[in-house]
Amino acid sequence: MELLYYPGCSVEYTAKMYDTSARAVCKKLGTELKELPDWNCCGATTYMSVHELVSHGNSARNLALARREGADEMVAVCPACYIVLYKTNEYFQTNPEFADMIRQGLQAAGLDYDGGLRIRHLIDVLVNTVGLDKVEKLVENPLNGLKVACYHGCMLTRPFGGFDSEERPVIMEQLIRSLGAEAVDYPLTAKCCGGMVTNTESTKTIPVVAGLIRAAKAAGADCIAVACPLCHMNLDFYQPEVNQYLGGDYTIPVVYFTQLMGLAMGLSQRELEIGLELVPANKVLGKYA
Amino acid sequence: MPRTELTIKAREHKLSPQELSDVFLSHVYALPDGRKIDLCIQCGTCSGSCPTAYAMDYSPREIFAALRAGMLDRVLFSNTAWMCTSCYTCTVRCPQEIKITDIMYELKRLGIKYGYTSPSTRAAALARNFINITNRLGRNNESELMMRFYLAGRWGDAFRNAGRGMAMFFKGRLPMPFGGKKVAGLDEMRKIRETLERLEEKKVAKEAGH
Repeated sequence: MELLYYPGCSVEYTAKMYDTSARAVCKKLGTELKELPDWNCCGATTYMSVHELVSHGNSARNLALARREGADEMVAVCPACYIVLYKTNEYFQTNPEFADMIRQGLQAAGLDYDGGLRIRHLIDVLVNTVGLDKVEKLVENPLNGLKVACYHGCMLTRPFGGFDSEERPVIMEQLIRSLGAEAVDYPLTAKCCGGMVTNTESTKTIPVVAGLIRAAKAAGADCIAVACPLCHMNLDFYQPEVNQYLGGDYTIPVVYFTQLMGLAMGLSQRELEIGLELVPANKVLGKYA
Repeated sequence: MPRTELTIKAREHKLSPQELSDVFLSHVYALPDGRKIDLCIQCGTCSGSCPTAYAMDYSPREIFAALRAGMLDRVLFSNTAWMCTSCYTCTVRCPQEIKITDIMYELKRLGIKYGYTSPSTRAAALARNFINITNRLGRNNESELMMRFYLAGRWGDAFRNAGRGMAMFFKGRLPMPFGGKKVAGLDEMRKIRETLERLEEKKVAKEAGH
């Protein structure tokens, strides 16, 4: 199976281990991620803060390019890319006036879009299309005894729902259990990490990040699994501030769910780029490699 | 912000607070499903669900109240919209199905457009840099984004984060700033941008005429 893949700016650098491990895991599962040629920035949450329609226009260029490739589906790994592309697509399909304006913009650039694309997140594809039985069959190295706090974050399921609950998603927990690991009870799984605000106003949002980390520790987790480059950044990068805020040692490694999948499928830490995180995961994951 | 400064700003743009609320409304009405804003019942579910409401000068619910009272200028001068993390919790919980997150974005845009952003809202500066970079390269360069942000006088952040930033750089997790490869379709992006900017203005003008 071949899947058209929208990587996004973050996974080129900051979250390169997400990209690497996603490609490696998909390859194991017999799915080739084919990168969308000449993709541009989706606009994230930031372009939208200055221009609404132009932001949708930039996002729509990617949809148009995907259709030109003959694709019916495009998969993203970054939840912000996923939800921005999904939102443009959703408004395009349901709001004729919006669609008309977007098409005028695209046509001025010699492009067009027919609304025929479906935007998906990789975790949805892995669980609901590839299937957990297939994942289980490829587990060579079950992650027995590993306690994982599955942190879904905001934009996997909000605002459109799509493939799981907006309030209490469970899809990552199902996936992590299929690897032999234990998904601890983590009620804050869909609470926000502060998003981009944590990067600009970190002093104000440290309590939000601290709450997430404290809850993971309280649940007895060995590590936090994430599906989002910004969740990873905020939970991994700001742990010194969190420890200071909470007044104790709450250090806990943060990894991408795809890295855990790869580990269970027998890939090496190097192949999954485990070690690029700031809080080292080797101590917890080393025994499974 | 002190009242005097606020009045000066409003005078510069020749808009009274009530007029500003009207401008805002015509922008919101132009959004998909924007007219639902009229249905707010002031229940406060949005404020209660907001992860950063504790750090906001005015909570999300208060924005809708301010709008009705013609006091939107105060909201724009506050940090409220810029503390919104875009987590969409309010949007999925609003019993009236108001797309609150989309409205927060509109507040940010209006603040930038009319210069109504309070000096404490650092996210607005970051957003402007983000637009410049993605318009120039077609993609974001995260090193440049953060360096421009720090170099504009956020020395405390720069100092605190320097060590970890360097660690990321040496792990290959940050690009060289002020460079980067360009998307081949930059010209396409420019044409899309110019066309849609024009159409957006027309749409807002039409809503204002209603």
